Parts: sequence; C-alpha cells; structure tokens
Amino acid sequence: MAETIRILVADDSEVDRLLLSTIVRKEGYEVQQAVDGFDALQMFETYRPQMVLLDAVMPGIDGFEVARRIKAQAGEEFVPIIFLTSLTEADELARCVEAGGDDFLSKPYNKVILKAKLNAMDRMREMHHTMQLQRDEITHHHAHLVQEQEAAKAVFDNVAHAGNLNVPFIKTLISPLAIFNGDVLLASRNPADEVYVLLGDFTGHGLTAAIGTMPLAEIFYGMTQKGFLPGEILREANRKLQGMLPKGYFCCAMLVAFNFHKGTVEFWNGGLPQGVLLRDGQKSLVHLDSKHLPLGIVGDDRFDATTQVVEMAPGDRLVMCTDGIIEARDKQGNQFGFEAFNRIVAGADPRVDIFERLKDAVYRHIGSSGREDDITLVEITMVLPEDLPPPANEQVAESVTGSEEWRLSYELRPRSLRAANPLPLLQHVLMEVPQLRSHAGSIYTVLAELYSNALEHGVLGLDSSLKSSANGFADYYRARALALEDLQGYVRFDFRCEIEAARGSLIITVEDSGPGFDFRSRLSELEHTSRLAYHGRGMRLLRSLCQSIEYRGKGNEVEVVFAWSEEDG
Amino acid sequence: MAISAEVSTTGDELTIAVAGRFDFSSHQEFRNAYEALDTTPARYRIDLREANYIDSSALGMLLLLRDYAGGDKAVVEIVNCTSDVRKILSISNFEQLFTIH
Repeated sequence: MAETIRILVADDSEVDRLLLSTIVRKEGYEVQQAVDGFDALQMFETYRPQMVLLDAVMPGIDGFEVARRIKAQAGEEFVPIIFLTSLTEADELARCVEAGGDDFLSKPYNKVILKAKLNAMDRMREMHHTMQLQRDEITHHHAHLVQEQEAAKAVFDNVAHAGNLNVPFIKTLISPLAIFNGDVLLASRNPADEVYVLLGDFTGHGLTAAIGTMPLAEIFYGMTQKGFLPGEILREANRKLQGMLPKGYFCCAMLVAFNFHKGTVEFWNGGLPQGVLLRDGQKSLVHLDSKHLPLGIVGDDRFDATTQVVEMAPGDRLVMCTDGIIEARDKQGNQFGFEAFNRIVAGADPRVDIFERLKDAVYRHIGSSGREDDITLVEITMVLPEDLPPPANEQVAESVTGSEEWRLSYELRPRSLRAANPLPLLQHVLMEVPQLRSHAGSIYTVLAELYSNALEHGVLGLDSSLKSSANGFADYYRARALALEDLQGYVRFDFRCEIEAARGSLIITVEDSGPGFDFRSRLSELEHTSRLAYHGRGMRLLRSLCQSIEYRGKGNEVEVVFAWSEEDG
Repeated sequence: MAISAEVSTTGDELTIAVAGRFDFSSHQEFRNAYEALDTTPARYRIDLREANYIDSSALGMLLLLRDYAGGDKAVVEIVNCTSDVRKILSISNFEQLFTIH
C-alpha cells in the first residue's frame, strides 16, 4: 500500500469542515483542518499536505489569495487545489480556476462526486510526480553525458586537430555541429620535410562520425612520420576503416602532400568537393577533383590509391573544404552551392584574402537561420623551404665519443620495386645510429632523391625533361605507372658509416640496372638551367645536402657523402 | 519524404522511388522497401526523379542496399537523377559501384 495522502481541509464553517473531513477520511485519506485563510497558509507549511480542499469565501485572507500563495510556494510540485463553493455564477467559478484552483466542488457535497474528484486529482498528482522524476533523471543523464563528451572531446581534439596546424601557411576554419563533428583535419611533416595534410569528412555527425577519426589519425601520423608515401598511407587507412566501420559508413577524404623543395603538391581526393589551386597570383586555377571512392567502402583489391602531382610555386594557394560549406543552408533552405564557392574563389581580387571572403560569404548565407553543418575550410600557401619553421626536434643525439665503422647492403628486385617503398625501412635502420638521428630529415631527403632517380631514370628509363611540358607532371606520372607494371632490373643500396668521435660520414652508393646516362654533359647543362625549372631540382637538392656527389661507370652508379660534425648542431 | 516500392510484373526487378529529401530520416523506410519483400529481385532500380536532395547518410543507405543485393555482384541502377543529386553521386565516384543514368 502506498503512503496515505495528506489532505488539508480549509473552511471557516465548522459544520461544513467537519462533514467534509469525515467523508474524506473515510475514503482513506489523512486529514488536517484549517479554520480560515491565515490558518490554511500556516498549516500548508507545517503539515505539507499533498492536496487542498479550500473554501472560496473566508474572512481575512480569502480562498483565492490562499490558492495563489499555495501555488507559488509549491513551486514545481503539483499540489491540487479543489475549491469548495456555494457560488454558482460562471465568472465566480472561473475566478477559482484563475487563482490556481484545479477543480471545484459545489456545496452541498455529493459523496460520489467528491470521491471521483479526489481520485482524479490524485491520479494527476501521481502522474505529475512521475514525470518530474523522469525529467530529473533525464537532466541528470544529460549532464553526465555532456560531461563525458567534453572529456572525450579533449582527447578527440588532441588526436583530430593536432599536428602542424599552428604553422602560418596553413589556415583553417572548423565549426563543430555538435560537440563532436564529422570533419577531421590532420597535418604532419615527414622526414623529408614534406607537409602532409589530410582533410576528412565521416558520414553522419556526432559520435559515430568521430569514432573513425582515432584509427585514421593514428595511421596518418604514424606513417607520415616514418616516411611512407601518400598512396601507402591511404591504402592502409582504407583497409583499416573498411574493416572497422559498419556498412554504409565511410570517410570522404583528401590527402595533399607538399614538397617545398620541388614546388609540387601530390594529391588524392576521394569524395570531397574539388580542391582549388590558385596559381600566379590567382590568374590560373587548377581543380583537384575527386577521382576516387571515399575511404572505407571497397576492399583493398578494388581500392585505387593513385595520386596525382601538380606544380605549385611559392605564393600559390590551395583551398579545400568539406561538403558542409557547399551544403550550408540559408533560411529558405537554399544551399550555398558549388557555383557560389567557385565564383568567390575564381573571381577573387588577389589582394583580398580568399579564405576570409569564403568564410564571410558562407556565414552571410547561413545568416541567423541557425542551421549549421560541419564547416571546415583549409587554405595552404606554398612557401620556400627556408620559410618552413624548424621541425620539433624530439630526439637530440647524445654525444658519443667512441668510434664506429660499419657497412650495409640492400638490394631491391623487381617485385619489391613494384610493390614496396623501401625508404621507411632504410630510414628506420639508419636511425638506429644515434649520431644520425639529428640529421633524420636530410638523410631521408637524400635517400628519397637517390632512390627515385635510380628507379625512375635508371631502371624505368623515364626522361625527367618530360616534366617541363604543360601537362608534364601528369604525363610523367602516367608513364611511370605504366613502366612500373613490367619493370625488370634492380636498385642496390650500399651504406658505409664512419664515425670518429664528434665527426662522421655516411657514404651512400646507389647502383641501378639501367643503361646509365652521360653525366658529364648533363652536369654542365644543369649549370645553365634556371633554378625554377621543374626538372633537375633533385640534383640541386642533393648537392646542397651532401659534401660530395660522384657519378661512376656509365652513369648508373652514384656515390654521395653525407658528413657531419657535432659542432654543426 | 516518401518512398514507394514496386516489383515488376515479371518479379525480377524492384523499383524504389524516393521523393523529397533523401537523408537519414528515410533510413528505416528505405530499408523496409527491399527487406520486406518475399521475392528476391535480380535487379534493383532506384528512381530519384522526385528527390531534390541527397546527403551522405543516403549514400550510406545505397551502399547498404548494394551489400544486401550481393555486393560486387549486385545489379543496382540509379536513374532519373536531378543535376544536384547527380553531382553528389559523382563527387563520391559512386559510378564505380552503381550504374547511374
């Protein structure tokens, strides 16, 4: 049996009061009596009744005023008030309700009606109570959830939006729809000082969208820092996401890799709106279109990680966005659209910041409609290599006084040349030598240049002057992909390391199976080509990093000496 | 948002027509359209003539249907796309997975 309901009966007529109290008590309620309005208010505080039967007309404080004060005092709690009245005028009865009465009961009392009304009021009171408990419970859960989400967001932000984003040449706008959003922006630098940026947009919003971010970020940061190529990172990310995300969930993504030494950007776009590359003070536009399925849809066998390379000179800018910006809606539900996006980007005055203009235009379009999607805008400006901020140098080589001398050979055969990128492995091995660690970036760059020369110009026999034509880069990489398919031959690395106290040198010899080239005339020709020509840059880069470069034999063998001393820092 | 499904008289083709906004709100209805069938159609046709908007969760629903219909062996056509819808489908390169007219 539930608790007995406490009822207060307030009536200045003793006879009526006693009569009513008797009936109510017989119905199983607990009853207390108040003799007038003042008494009723006092009893309300001390007795805490759950229902009040209130005479409308009483001396002193009348029933209407008592009802108002009781309702005010009860606050959120529902205390039903039933007016007891001999009034029959419609507007008098209406006054009872206006004052806060929930029902009225006409004198003389009819037992059957009284009983029905008490039961009805009790049911309402019970329902109100239950609703309030549930509301409190929901409020509590919600607060708990928000708190958990905030903690998770802190973790999430560290993963999803960390990295190199605090460099001046990368500008971003990220507006979350909920606490979590489906957009992810990652940036990291590889050992050769290339900057990789990955912009992603997971299906949906909120937690489902955010959950895929963790493995994606882990793969991106881990593999970029180890020196893996964009295609290799994408393939791994696709494999992981496809295995992990439920069917129907995927991640539209664009990965761009900036090579500041060569002035190129390598890109892959799977499902994001086209990126726009602005060249020559915005006089020419190149669209980086989506050519691929988003990440996480098809298996490894059907996934296409082919990237494209385009030139990008210092000062050129790349603008990327997720579809939130295209689909941003105004009050009438009209989308911002591709046309507006392209118009603003294409028609921009070079003196006006495109990024700011887009941002303004999108926010003006959305207006106060309050509809907000995940809007992420990224603008990256190509800079000269010397303008790159110094990399965070987490590993400073300890001063080693001993001497060391060793040699390592590594030969790549056709299957390895086709399938794998040997650089991360070689870099990993070399970084086991403490003295080499503080030169990680330079060594990786040297390895990358030597390897691509040996593979592309040696084994595959591609001509780098192809790159200088208008569609050069595209043609070149198409030819490279074709040649890779049926390549024959080898690339052989030979490392000799000599360390003597604070000085040392790493001598790298690379030999390929190609026919070689006339390096004497080629080197003199190089002296006469401009610094900005797109081919021949690799050679200049090698020269700037190495103490010496020497071609041998028919030109299919090259030896470089990378030397350091501790004083170089 | 309205979805209607119709099996061809020969019983081997199911046409699902989507009208209005094709987004997460149509998730359950879209699934019912092909899961509630007694027969197993050989081909699926998604008619988007009346669909004026499609979002990424709708793309996800199309992938689910494709999976249900046999994955790489599924025959799913998407027909009568408006230019806006077509654009969304081609940005995601869905023509690699579906026949789109």
